[in-house]
Amino acid sequence: MTRPLIFEISRPGRCATALPALDVPTADLPSSLLRDDLPLPEVSEIDLVRHYTRLSQLNYGVDTGFYPLGSCTMKYNPKINEQMARLPGFARLHPYQDEETAQGALFLMYHLQEFLAEIGGFAAVSLQPAAGAHGELTGVLMMRAYHLDRGDDQRDVILVPDSAHGTNPATTTMSGLKVIEIPSDARGNVDMVALEAACEEHGDRLVGMMLTNPNTLGLFDEHVEEITALVHEHGGLMYGDGANMNALLGIARPGDLGFDVLHYNLHKTFSTPHGGGGPGSGPVGASERLAEFLPLPIVDVDLQRSDDEELFYTFVDPPKSIGRVKAFYGHFGVLVRAYVYIRMLGADGLRRVAEHAVLNANYLKGRLEGTYPLPYDRTCMHEFVLAGPPDDVQAAGVHTLDVAKRLMDYGFHPPTVYFPLIVHEALMIEPTETESLETLDGFVEALLRIADEARADPDLLHAAPHNAPMRRLDEVHAAKKLTLRWKPE
Amino acid sequence: MLAAIGARSIKDLFDDVPERVRFPELDLPAALAELDTRWELESLAGSNLTASDCACFLGAGAYNHFVPSVVDAVLNRGEFYTAYTPYQPEISQGTLQAIFEYQTMICDLTGMSVSNASHYDGATATAEAVITAINVHRLKRRKVVVSPFVHPEYRAVVRTYTQGMGLTIVGDENGGSAGLTDLLDEETACLIVQYPDFLGRVEDLSGLAEATHAAGALFVVVTDPIALGMLKPPGEFGADIVVGEGQGLGAGLNFGGPYLGFFASRKKYARKMAGRVVGQTVDAAGERGFVLTLSTREQHIRRERATSNICSNQGLVVLAAAVYMAALGKSGMRQVAELCYHKAHYAQQRIGEINGFSLLDDKPFFKEFVVRCPEPVQRINDYLLDEWDIIGGYDLGLDYAHLQDHMLLCVTEMNSRDEIDVLVEALGEVTS
Repeated sequence: MTRPLIFEISRPGRCATALPALDVPTADLPSSLLRDDLPLPEVSEIDLVRHYTRLSQLNYGVDTGFYPLGSCTMKYNPKINEQMARLPGFARLHPYQDEETAQGALFLMYHLQEFLAEIGGFAAVSLQPAAGAHGELTGVLMMRAYHLDRGDDQRDVILVPDSAHGTNPATTTMSGLKVIEIPSDARGNVDMVALEAACEEHGDRLVGMMLTNPNTLGLFDEHVEEITALVHEHGGLMYGDGANMNALLGIARPGDLGFDVLHYNLHKTFSTPHGGGGPGSGPVGASERLAEFLPLPIVDVDLQRSDDEELFYTFVDPPKSIGRVKAFYGHFGVLVRAYVYIRMLGADGLRRVAEHAVLNANYLKGRLEGTYPLPYDRTCMHEFVLAGPPDDVQAAGVHTLDVAKRLMDYGFHPPTVYFPLIVHEALMIEPTETESLETLDGFVEALLRIADEARADPDLLHAAPHNAPMRRLDEVHAAKKLTLRWKPE
Repeated sequence: MLAAIGARSIKDLFDDVPERVRFPELDLPAALAELDTRWELESLAGSNLTASDCACFLGAGAYNHFVPSVVDAVLNRGEFYTAYTPYQPEISQGTLQAIFEYQTMICDLTGMSVSNASHYDGATATAEAVITAINVHRLKRRKVVVSPFVHPEYRAVVRTYTQGMGLTIVGDENGGSAGLTDLLDEETACLIVQYPDFLGRVEDLSGLAEATHAAGALFVVVTDPIALGMLKPPGEFGADIVVGEGQGLGAGLNFGGPYLGFFASRKKYARKMAGRVVGQTVDAAGERGFVLTLSTREQHIRRERATSNICSNQGLVVLAAAVYMAALGKSGMRQVAELCYHKAHYAQQRIGEINGFSLLDDKPFFKEFVVRCPEPVQRINDYLLDEWDIIGGYDLGLDYAHLQDHMLLCVTEMNSRDEIDVLVEALGEVTS
């Protein structure tokens, strides 16, 4: 049975929300500027609630079950985060209020800046970027501005490994710069020979390099210090894609490894919910020499308005700021959740997060590598990549996508598939630290059984999922016959 | 677990990390229990003074609108807020259908044919509209004309986003003394105006749309979705791209975020848009379902040739907007708009009568208006807060040299007649 859209349950005259009566005299309406019709749905409150409750039941979330989506860090989202972000003292605060009336919010932002700077090993942090990709744009514009400020205006090249997230090259183009792709070596590291050659060739045109470490194979680059030294030697700067910071909390600080600028993903590492696609938050940390280029404003202490009893927090503009990257100050509601997370874990707790994330990933890898091909046989960090189903199964026409869809029948969210691009039929698995041994074992059993099923009955996998809310959806049809909105019949 | 891995200790798993930097001692405050954390956060939140404690007449891009209880009830469902981007559509139909419904309602509200699944906020949606316009012209036109009465922070973000693209952005210098249409030429990729503008004023945009099209440029309109409950939608004036801040649609104030950048355009630009888009399709059993579509524009496929680097949308805030629009619906959206309109006009008329205060002009306006004050705005606001528990208006002198001592006041359905009368009384005291 086709599920109705909200428009299909609409009936004339219904409304879910009663508003107060008008308590002032009416003013003349500018008739030439008024709209004729407003074709929005008309539903009662109970029908509205049932509609969205039913929709929610078609979704799979971390609260539903195991979500080993590589590169996305789908850890548990603590419930207290939600309550604290909704406190009226935060939720009903207007961004343009006098700073004096918002000291609680500014205190929280200032200390979150400090916490993130300490965790990443940076001199200063901006909380303004709204997501990881937004943090990337911020960081690359800062690198560009740094060179321009020094009169180094011929620099226009960014090096990006072939294992990088697609956002890295896309960000480079948005910043008006050129991408040079650097291959990976047989151990999954950046290929040092190729990197040296690229640095030689583009030396004085080098803006810098974007590097995810651990990389998207889940591997800590064995030459990371040589890489940062080499890029610096040629006058370039190091951008750190912090998507995989969950492996590094209390383990290593990117700033100590030689990164000049890095974005954090609060929605990955710091437990803020993914919300079905957002809102995220992508604060950016900067080294001493890049700090003055951070987006404006950031929070600082106003010593003149502080006294022995209390510090006064205020917004300030970094002197050579690239400008603002969004309106207001960032996703404040998300910042509250991340602040709560860090306060509840402390330094020891954060290190345990990374340790258990890495332990869980290596455990899954150890149990699966006998059955599923493992292209890089090394200790992994918080995630690892398999090269699809077993070779004989692939030869029989069963692919990573089929395994992914079949996992849904066992009640699991599939891993990330077909990424990174450098692994054929990639299955990228990230368990996170918040899962129990029993959950991990259940996932392993499902994948082992699926490998057997693939041999016995490949069509069972081709037709999967069988028990999900929907059968396999036709994405080609969607792109060809573009229907992006509902229309009345 | 270590035995299955073949390691002796967890520490051994980190041998690839250079020893020099391994296991730093992080200088962070000691961990707190949940109850301690709650106390700390309640104390911080409690030290702020908010629209819950005071009458609030501050707007300027973030608005104090009513959020019906059903919005948070839906948002609090773990199946929605703990899900990722719906890459696996068979188990993500809740998110996907909600976005499809959102896209439909945004199209209807703005009078446009297609909508994406949203951007970070109104400012970044405006910047992405500029980039879309540049791409529509295949990078051959690099001039952007922008009205000085587009939100100052949106104009700043457009400049930040495009600083590496070699654009010329004109129109908003010197408070916009030059006429916008005079600046349009064959180099111009787009004209951006705001409706209602940053000062709250509403005007017929057909002339501007015509002039922009005559120059072969795209007409971009930044708008307030609450105003569109009653005002003619930008699509009817001939807008090519309509963007704006969707915060008023159930997102709350939240000290500036997370909000919602909506983005709608003509159908012919659908493949040039940035951002996530949901489309309708069928499953293997022939049932209607929804998927992310047009992904060949996007960074994970096109990499350096993508239309943008964006790879998220505002997810949960989109859901809030969808629930909000459905909860108010056809009659409620109009009613909210009319409540704002009439209350703002009542306030404007009363304040205009106060000795020492005067109105900037007599153009039609929606829920915000400008008053010239007898004293600096900051001083008046301090007085309103200290003596009357009122959060006053926005100081336009911060952004416009010619508007020193001018205050932008905002009145919404949240302001009762009593609150407005007290504001009038308080402002009367300023000059007496």
